[in-house]
Amino acid sequence: MRRGPWWAFLLHRLSGVALAVFLPFHFLVLGLAVERAALDGVLRWTDNPWVKLAEAGLVVLLALHLTGGLRVLLLEFGRWSDRQQSRIALAGGLALLAGFGFLAAAFA
Amino acid sequence: MAMLEVEIWRGSGADGAWQRYAVPHEANQTVLDVVTHVQRYLDPSLAYRFACRVGMCGSRAMTVNGRPRWTCRADCPQAARKGRLRIGPLRNLPVIRDLAVDMAPFFEKWRDAEARFVPSADPPDEAVRPDEPERMAADAGIECINCAVCYAACDSVAWNPDYPGPAVLNRLWTLVNDRRDGDRDGHLDAAGAGCHLCRSHQECADACPTGLNPTAAIAGLKRETLRRTLGRLAPGRGR
Repeated sequence: MRRGPWWAFLLHRLSGVALAVFLPFHFLVLGLAVERAALDGVLRWTDNPWVKLAEAGLVVLLALHLTGGLRVLLLEFGRWSDRQQSRIALAGGLALLAGFGFLAAAFA
Repeated sequence: MAMLEVEIWRGSGADGAWQRYAVPHEANQTVLDVVTHVQRYLDPSLAYRFACRVGMCGSRAMTVNGRPRWTCRADCPQAARKGRLRIGPLRNLPVIRDLAVDMAPFFEKWRDAEARFVPSADPPDEAVRPDEPERMAADAGIECINCAVCYAACDSVAWNPDYPGPAVLNRLWTLVNDRRDGDRDGHLDAAGAGCHLCRSHQECADACPTGLNPTAAIAGLKRETLRRTLGRLAPGRGR
């Protein structure tokens, strides 16, 4: 049975890979901003609730990678603390909170 | 008499299979007692290694129900799952036969890192106090018995054969913190790129039978190697 730090590592690695895969698409949409009409089309598409849900997932990935990264920096370059499990829980909790916050804002 | 259902890995090198034995369960029985019972009464051809039987020598670590443990101090009721025990050789080391692994790669990394005390040509004049931070950091990692349990538990060792492993890096960290040691830079060089391969899964700290925390020691090495590199890059401190 694997423990907290291993899952923290796995989620950090997978969220990083997923974000890297998403990046080209993100740049494509940014590129479309030059051609106004095309961008409006994409923005209309993102009003679809399913797309909003997927975007919430993206927000969770980003937040997970951010809080997870801060956790690793703190672990490796700060003073050692035995409360690693609490930090992992905090990092994961904040990421989920960001996702739910996005959903709340999107469907408000 | 209650019986334990025991599976033991039999074979040499990469080839082998699990073999079942029924071993009588006794009070205060350790996993090593179980293995010894099998070898004495059921199958004298079973190969395993032990010496002191009291947790000092570090010679009899095995994989018990999937986790590396020191078998002489691993209580059976605690280690067994529903009366079942699965005992295999340590991970990350070549199997010689059955439960005996070749510890050479583990000790070779230790030797290559020169993880040993180097007397300083210019030792500190005043006494080293037991309560000073450096000494406390060194003391925290000093009780290693070289059993290779951390080495078997470590994913970074499994992923990268060049990774020195938790035990070696833990030893280097005790030396870096020893003010009587004359080769702090050398020890940090030896930790060098290696210590940054640690992914902080903390499997070593979880598994260490003497309760050491190699992950914390390696985090210390990462911090000190970075600090030294930044110090060298700082203007006017070139070297």
